[in-house]
Amino acid sequence: MREEKEVFIIKPPSSVFETINLKEVVNRIELLFAFAIRDIKVRYRRTIIGFGWAVIQPFAQMVIFSLIFGKFAKIPSENVPYPIFAYSALVPWQLFARALNDASMSVVNNLSIISKIYFPRIILPLSVIISALVDFFSAFSILIILMIFYGILPTAKLFLFPVFLFVEIFCALGVALWLSALNVKFRDVKYTLQFLTQIWLFATPVIYPTKIIPEKFKPIFALNPMTGVIEGFRWILLNTPPPDFTIMGISTLMIFILFFSGVIFFYKLEKEFADIM
Amino acid sequence: MGIAIKTENLSKLYKIGRREPYGALRDVISEGIKKIFKKNSGIHQEKYIWTLKDVSFEVKEGEIVGIIGRNGAGKTTLLKILSRITYPTEGKAVLKGKVGSMLEVGIGFHPELTGRENIYLYGTILGMKKKEIDKKFDEIVDFSGLSQFIDTPVKYYSSGMYVRLAFATAAHLQTDILLIDEVLAVGDVGFQRKCFQKMEEVRKEERTILVVSHNMEAILRFCSRAILIDKGKIIKDGNTKEVVEEYLKYFSEIHNFREWSFDEAPGSEFAKLKSVKIKDKNGNQKNSFDSREPIFVEVEYWIIKPKNIYVSIVLQNQMGVIVFIASESSSYFGRAYKILEPGLYRAVCEIPPDLLADGNYILRVVLVEMKKDSYPLFHADVHNAVGFQVFVPLAPDSPRMDYPGGYPGVVWPKFKWETYQVDKNIFA
Repeated sequence: MREEKEVFIIKPPSSVFETINLKEVVNRIELLFAFAIRDIKVRYRRTIIGFGWAVIQPFAQMVIFSLIFGKFAKIPSENVPYPIFAYSALVPWQLFARALNDASMSVVNNLSIISKIYFPRIILPLSVIISALVDFFSAFSILIILMIFYGILPTAKLFLFPVFLFVEIFCALGVALWLSALNVKFRDVKYTLQFLTQIWLFATPVIYPTKIIPEKFKPIFALNPMTGVIEGFRWILLNTPPPDFTIMGISTLMIFILFFSGVIFFYKLEKEFADIM
Repeated sequence: MGIAIKTENLSKLYKIGRREPYGALRDVISEGIKKIFKKNSGIHQEKYIWTLKDVSFEVKEGEIVGIIGRNGAGKTTLLKILSRITYPTEGKAVLKGKVGSMLEVGIGFHPELTGRENIYLYGTILGMKKKEIDKKFDEIVDFSGLSQFIDTPVKYYSSGMYVRLAFATAAHLQTDILLIDEVLAVGDVGFQRKCFQKMEEVRKEERTILVVSHNMEAILRFCSRAILIDKGKIIKDGNTKEVVEEYLKYFSEIHNFREWSFDEAPGSEFAKLKSVKIKDKNGNQKNSFDSREPIFVEVEYWIIKPKNIYVSIVLQNQMGVIVFIASESSSYFGRAYKILEPGLYRAVCEIPPDLLADGNYILRVVLVEMKKDSYPLFHADVHNAVGFQVFVPLAPDSPRMDYPGGYPGVVWPKFKWETYQVDKNIFA
């Protein structure tokens, strides 16, 4: 029982890099899942259709969009039926929007725990990804059914699926790390989030294809990291034209800069979380 | 035995600014009252405060140390720094071994989840591994005594059950160093006994424990050493009994009486406090009372401009519990609108005999103006104005009678009991 005990030194951090501790986060990976499981369980508890909501939300959106944009506005859909064109983008979009929103709120929603128990705070926004992914895969199952229904077969490019998923998650986290930390000090973030998500949705080719964007605006549009992600998903699933990989490379690089600066920013503000309350 | 905790000049500077008014009505109200009070008294609030200043001590492995002090003395801040919830502003602390903390039992519980799910969630938040919880699960449930309700969402639990489950989970946390804040005073008497037993067990395991409590009985029972903190500084560190005595003395002897000159008196342009005295039935100033005698609180105040002002006293015991609030008004609404003409007034409140329990008490004195359509306005508000002591003697006519031990309860009144035989037959 007399094993060597770990020695920990508490002192005012001289730089933010002193406080970033990846090993500690890995050590508490069970907590990350515990928070995710809590969120998943609580989200659909006391609802009649439970997980069905994860499917119904994007599905209902798809039906509405198909009617408004597909039927009435006659927005072109790259030679695939509009419902599947919209749904194949709405499912990854929903993942992004949920991860962005919930992660941004995660610290504020758990302030009471933060003020009483220590754990690496970054676990909170990270755990949101797990619960968002669970919803994502539930909704994705419907996409498979739709593809079978429309007789669309995925291509061999399917192996790129995780890559786009990965880029998307980092994009959501990169933004959310900034916002979740800011949110503790300025609750305005909550309200900003609502229209940020909305504007972002319309700035991304979810309900329309990229080709209807005038040529001169295309580079600006492509800089939106989600453009490449959504186009990428459609490309591997529905065999629509591929995203511009040069521009996607640039926006991916931007995402990583956003993510790593987000981590630093989060840790910088983190030490004040318990004091602000 | 090595050193488990060592702190060097640990200090924490807090900003005491205005809280963001996130729609919390309570804050808005208290903010409003403060503002008015500020204007009247001209009290200038500092923006920064050292809640902890140059705190240095060492704790050996296996030692159980009690941290005592008044509310706001800095005890919780110390635990928060040691448990890494907040950073110190200056100084450092070295901790050897795994640290666990129980600063508030049950924080992290989710009301929608069942008892079972919450044990896992809370245990994981506290730092337990799933395997550890699996192994201890039955023990935790057994300890809580809630096996029947373990699959019920905790929102249906009573607050007692809630706390029992949370404490049971936290008590099974295996760490080398344990930081505990005022969690021993939870649940009913039966569960408290269980908690004490658990603490005894823990003590035998040679873990290092730092415990903050206002419960001197618990401190005396479990701690071999105590540290008294006030205004962020260590006042005394040493043998538990001596430190507790110092604390009680410190606490009860804040002031025997208070008297102010007109210029220095706390108050407003309408009213000022002149004096606060504690007297016995013969009118002698006194600070230690036999529970069988009445206690008289005498408050003198000046009314400077005509105003409907009255005196309120708030009695707090040594655990910081408010025992009662007494207001100098025969009717809550009627008296409040009777205007007092300028002059010197004296209000005497008689605290009846055979009411208070053993211990030290502290009085807060307030000059209140009852407003018709808004919250009462405080013209003067003196916390810890005076203190006194009450002892319940070993006497046939005291509620203690011939029982020498301690007795839980905020008050210890003398009750009227009547017992008589209803029937001679057992099976009527």
